[in-house]
Amino acid sequence: MALLTFRGGIHPKDGKSLAKDMAIADVQPKDELVYPLSQHIGAPAKAIVAVGDTVLKGQKIAEAGGFVSAPVYSTVSGKVTGIAPRTNPTGTKVMSIVIENDGEYKEVEYPHVKPLSELSKEEILNLIADAGIVGMGGAGFPTRVKLSPKEPDKIDFIIANCAECEPFITADYRSILENGDELIGGMKVVLKLFDNAKGIFAVEDNKPDCVEKLKELTKDDDRISVVKVKTKYPQGGERHLIYATTGRAIHAAMLPADVGCIVDNVATLIEIYKAVVLGKPSMDRVVTVSGDAIKTPGNFRVPYGVSHETVIEAAGGFAVEPEKIISGGPMMGFAMFTIDTPITKTSSSILAFSKDAVAEKEPSACINCGRCVEACPSRIMPARLADIAERHDEEAFVNFDGLECCECGCCSYVCPARRQLKQSIAAMRKVCLAKKKK
Amino acid sequence: MSERNLNLSSSPHVRSKVTTGSIMLCVVIALLPASAFGVYNFGVSALIMLLVTTATAVLTEYLYEKLMKKPVTISDYSALVTGLLLGLNMPPTAPYWMGALGSVFAILVVKQLFGGLGQNFLNPALSARCFLLISFTGYMTRFVYDGVTGATPLAVLKAGNLTELNTMNMMLGKIPGTIGETSVIAIVAGAIFLILTEVIDIRIPGTYIVTFVIFIGIFGHFTKAAVGFFDPVYITAHLTGGGLMLGAFFMATDYVTAPITKKGQYVYGICMGILTGLFRLFGGSAEGVSYAILISNMLVPLIERVTRPKPFGKGGEKF
Repeated sequence: MALLTFRGGIHPKDGKSLAKDMAIADVQPKDELVYPLSQHIGAPAKAIVAVGDTVLKGQKIAEAGGFVSAPVYSTVSGKVTGIAPRTNPTGTKVMSIVIENDGEYKEVEYPHVKPLSELSKEEILNLIADAGIVGMGGAGFPTRVKLSPKEPDKIDFIIANCAECEPFITADYRSILENGDELIGGMKVVLKLFDNAKGIFAVEDNKPDCVEKLKELTKDDDRISVVKVKTKYPQGGERHLIYATTGRAIHAAMLPADVGCIVDNVATLIEIYKAVVLGKPSMDRVVTVSGDAIKTPGNFRVPYGVSHETVIEAAGGFAVEPEKIISGGPMMGFAMFTIDTPITKTSSSILAFSKDAVAEKEPSACINCGRCVEACPSRIMPARLADIAERHDEEAFVNFDGLECCECGCCSYVCPARRQLKQSIAAMRKVCLAKKKK
Repeated sequence: MSERNLNLSSSPHVRSKVTTGSIMLCVVIALLPASAFGVYNFGVSALIMLLVTTATAVLTEYLYEKLMKKPVTISDYSALVTGLLLGLNMPPTAPYWMGALGSVFAILVVKQLFGGLGQNFLNPALSARCFLLISFTGYMTRFVYDGVTGATPLAVLKAGNLTELNTMNMMLGKIPGTIGETSVIAIVAGAIFLILTEVIDIRIPGTYIVTFVIFIGIFGHFTKAAVGFFDPVYITAHLTGGGLMLGAFFMATDYVTAPITKKGQYVYGICMGILTGLFRLFGGSAEGVSYAILISNMLVPLIERVTRPKPFGKGGEKF
């Protein structure tokens, strides 16, 4: 069978061998934990504890601030020492609950859950919502909302995004190998919500061991299939993964549900399993720590709220002084100015590099080589759009399909003139989208 | 906590190794076989001409940017490529000052006055060649080979004397012509290097050559030179006897003056193929590649406008 993929895209050096073979290790929280109230898209959560309160591990400390929102749980036992703005990994200050860890990890009694077969769809959705699960691939969209399309009967495919196309990150890879049964459990929960849907595990073909593992685990389930997709960035982009696995294409203003698809990533499905089957809220995630400036790159299970600094220490600290530290992948992650920021629900990795490839060379004039057009998975013209964005011509930007950009960064990656194409386009896109909403 | 000096920038944080400089350097390397053959074929005067045009082009760019207090960009090797290409387009017997003048025109007038690298809408080397062709027609169309002033194969073809041509020599390049255009083998060797290093794509030169072959295959019949439709000797003579190969692989593929869209590149290749055929078969002079490419350069904005790709999800996702 031909490999399933999409047009465009790039093949950056994947760097995955650094952390690929390191089993997931637990990270112990230190004294102070920080829980931003906005770890998701939508309304911020509302704190339901006050400074001075004592909390237990697994206790809800903030409730959903609306339908498109998610609650937050404490991952240690201790005392609330502050509710104040703190720097989050994207560099902005976000209202956060600060908890002092008492080191005892006294845990709440989790409510007993009924077996999956006895749960109604509404009960499942409520368990997912109450566990505070959001899309952990990076977007942070509340999962309960994603799983509540207008017409659930018209959902044909639940796609588990096992592509992990970002270089260096191996968190999903390790999770599939080590927690494959939980992953499949999560898929089964979601399939229970959609009677007409089939489950697809879409794995990049650079992870044959994951394909084998998943095939073995799902061999008796005819509702679930495992497919290999081509190793190419951004294969794990939602729209491109849907196209690669189902041949259905959506433009930027459409939702996957419009073509009968729902995409959830590995970590999200595992959290769904824990919430619905084990009755536990979302409290930790797997984070890859890698890059040439990290002493012993690896994969770590990190409770939310633990600082990046603690996680880097768990990986042996820095081998050399880093020039750049990234929260997330090298293609779409955020450069951080401080590592005194908490791990949140969407922190997939911490990368530290001794050399910053971006600073290496100043941007120069476009030579019209067309590499960006060739690489663009959204099939638009990045070089032209960046020019338009720099002129701030909103009308032309929309006319030239600037809003179709998925901000994957392929254009900036391939540009021989090292122009910041994605940056210009994304900034303009934000302006245009904000105007459209009004 | 310790104070760190961390770099901040928008994603992506990794970049391809390919840079403008590395691309231009590849083009220079790809032009070396043709340059070397030109020197072997025409002697030391060809070497001096190549050095003069190249040095003048780089110097012009340097001086202009210095005087205008702009960042100096000679380290991207684009001026070097322009100078070398112009040199390869000069007859080996033209005076050196003419080569120098051409380089100044290419860099100063065609490139820098329009805004520098990436902003010129005409190919600088070709524009300079045409400028010299119009200004000094005698020098630019006189071709001496082995001490004898003779007609280029294309001129022979135009006169309808197909039988006088030795297609083996034309393939090798042992014929009169400009310094770099005569050896198809040397040019194609360079072109293969560029295709393998993904500096150029076969789209533009491929469409150009195929269109041209179809055009002369059909319309050559109506000139007295070809025997019937698709006369293989006639077609070979046209492909190897003039500037087509150098033009198709090294001038038509100039990024700046070619369309950025895939479909547009096919259209652009077809335009050049038809125009070259028209000029060579029905035009006043034997050659037609330079004007065909320059006119197609001017059509690029129009071509791009009508060949804009469809975005993903709106039809553009299909392979």
